[in-house]
Amino acid sequence: MSKYPVIKKVGNTREYKTGSWKTMKPVVISEKCIGCGKCWLFCPENCINEIIKNKKKIFEADLDYCKGCGICAEVCPVKAIIMKEDEE
Amino acid sequence: MNKKTIMGLPREEFFVSGSRNCAGCGFPSIIRIVTKAAGKNTIIVNATGCMEVVSTPYPQTAWKLPWVHAAFENAAAVASGVEAALKKLGKNTNVIVFGGDGGTYDIGLQALSGMVERGHNVLYICYDNEAYENTGIQRSSSTPKFSWTTTTPIGKKIRGKKQWKKPISQIMASHGMSYVATASPHLHIDLFNKVKKALSIKGPKFIRVISPCVIGWKIPSNKTIEIEELAVETGVFPIYEVLEGELKINYKPKKLKPVKEYLMMQGRFKHLNEKEIRVIQERVKKHWEHLLKLEKMGRIYDVIL
Amino acid sequence: MVGIRKVEYGKKQVLSTSDAIAYAVKLCEPKVTAVYPITPQTWIAEKITELINNGEMDSELILVESEHSACSAVLGAAATGVRTFSATSSQGLALMNEVLHVMSGMRLPTVFAIASRALSSPINIWADHSDLMNSRDTSWIQLFCESAQEAHDTIIQAYKISEKVLLPVFVVVDGYTLSHVYEPVIIETRSKVKSFIGEYKPTHAYLDPKKPMTQGPISYPSDYMDFKLEQQIAMNNALNVIKDVNRKFKIKFGRNYGNGLIDENVKSKRVIIAMGSACTTLRELERVYKKTNYEFSLIKIKSFRPFPKKELLRALSDATEIAVIDRAMSYGNAGPLFIEVSSALGEAGLKKKINNFIVGLGGREARLKDFEFIIKNIGKKSYWVNVNEGKNISFRMV
Repeated sequence: MSKYPVIKKVGNTREYKTGSWKTMKPVVISEKCIGCGKCWLFCPENCINEIIKNKKKIFEADLDYCKGCGICAEVCPVKAIIMKEDEE
Repeated sequence: MNKKTIMGLPREEFFVSGSRNCAGCGFPSIIRIVTKAAGKNTIIVNATGCMEVVSTPYPQTAWKLPWVHAAFENAAAVASGVEAALKKLGKNTNVIVFGGDGGTYDIGLQALSGMVERGHNVLYICYDNEAYENTGIQRSSSTPKFSWTTTTPIGKKIRGKKQWKKPISQIMASHGMSYVATASPHLHIDLFNKVKKALSIKGPKFIRVISPCVIGWKIPSNKTIEIEELAVETGVFPIYEVLEGELKINYKPKKLKPVKEYLMMQGRFKHLNEKEIRVIQERVKKHWEHLLKLEKMGRIYDVIL
Repeated sequence: MVGIRKVEYGKKQVLSTSDAIAYAVKLCEPKVTAVYPITPQTWIAEKITELINNGEMDSELILVESEHSACSAVLGAAATGVRTFSATSSQGLALMNEVLHVMSGMRLPTVFAIASRALSSPINIWADHSDLMNSRDTSWIQLFCESAQEAHDTIIQAYKISEKVLLPVFVVVDGYTLSHVYEPVIIETRSKVKSFIGEYKPTHAYLDPKKPMTQGPISYPSDYMDFKLEQQIAMNNALNVIKDVNRKFKIKFGRNYGNGLIDENVKSKRVIIAMGSACTTLRELERVYKKTNYEFSLIKIKSFRPFPKKELLRALSDATEIAVIDRAMSYGNAGPLFIEVSSALGEAGLKKKINNFIVGLGGREARLKDFEFIIKNIGKKSYWVNVNEGKNISFRMV
């Protein structure tokens, strides 16, 4: 607890996993993904990362932070993301 | 640097996960596009509001840029002080203010007008979610006519907000300032380039960016970007810039979609009857034609003393 | 503004208190100054703009559109990490009130000169302390001055104090009756002041892309109260810092004002407590009434916040009758200074005959006979003095 209302560990909201908020989660059909990055840009949680899956560059949400809003599925131009019930 | 594709955008992130914004919130993409355009050498001044509250829950912060918040109505004045200090320290750090519509159109307008009149080298960005969303969706002067809010309920006698949206772009442009623009995150390259252009201009700049609010506009959390697109395609939220008093429309839909398409997706408008929708449609059409006329007139904002 | 010849540094010459303050501010070299006009403070702002525009003062000047923005711009600059200044009075200070709390809460140091003036309504541009009393709980240190020299010196001390305890400071002069008075003043030299107060190099809060930090986050119940406690701890610490700075100032510049918190040399059992320019008159009368049966001792409170309870109680230990002069009223109770003094006595369990005189609100004349009335009624009933055509009206006290 600092003496002053100043936060010096910038970007530390990552310590707070917002993933528990979601009831739905995005599932990527990697074959369909064309790597355009729309989901990456428009994810309000900035939690979609570029990954390599069987030698192909695709995007996948980090479920620790994903709130299940469904924007990625909505903006995906090739419908490579579908929203599913989040079992947890 | 006209970035054509999304993946051409700078990858450095200045606003990280874990912020407490609602699922589907409109402004995180605004923050990311703006800060990608601005880059690391930037100080953010935030007015009280949703953005400020959800992003800095002590002891955590989602910001990786220097960031300061003081109160609701003084972000532009605080930014004036930051800019003056930087000037004295011989630093060329960008100063960007983020304010909501309440903090910009209403309670913060005086400080904003003062900052602009004094010519501070600051870029003011209004994330326009068209109501006091943080405090529970009360009406602001940016709220559209007829819209439901918790202070403009749909009653037997009075139905929603009575007044039209305050013409803040016109008010700001009439200060004779160098750059006033509107933008939408879904036109991400346009927003990115506008921030770049604004930061290349010395003096005060104002960009108003549509920022749908899932809770306040009563839209499904996955429709934020689609709503932005519809707002632009129907002419409700035209995309233009006023550079040195000359207006240029940056995005012209081939044919404006009927406003009904935009209105009916939102719970805040679902009470509208045909007559009310017609009044809005007429108004939007007239306004669009007015913009087209202004675009041809060259310098439209000569200062009238 | 009366044109005067060039100021000679380090030499005594006759200047207005407003000029003395402006030159003191110049010597402290605030990098950003944000001012808005208001009578009677305006002379200070005008002189500073003159110094800046003549290239004599290297400060970025922001001529804001309101006092709320003056304090906000100062806050922005201080948050960035530079020394700052502003000045205001009355309604201006009241309009700043929201931001005053924010600035002290963010632990951002600054110094504001306040030419104290009555609060509206009815509107009145003359002196009293109601504007400062209205800012009593803002966690700003409040140092009341009695002379042009003290105002000049206290500005310099205030920067050292503020930047040590990380709380902002008001340096207060009574509107007109001190701010517009011409007195002999020594304006110190730049080098001496610089070596006394040094540079402002914050480590706790600044805005720099090389070392990003978040200032002014939202603080939930789990943390808010702990920050507020830190402010109270800083205020307590300020008691010692103010005395220490006052002592060091004496060593370097040869002048001090009591111990920095309180100025007294109590000899009599009859005591009058006051603040500001009234003390000059009372000090004269203290001499006049010496060895009469109305002999009294003056206690000048310089630091209204932090309130010097320990020093005051020590000075009052032998006193039997105490009169507290207030230039403000906490409506529904008594004068604010009276409330501070009587609560200190109560806390210490000391039984004294104490009363309160409300004097000089809105520039109301405090005539010699009014002072004589007070001196003759120490410890008796409490009065509003010189009201309703020169009468003294007693007001119900416990």
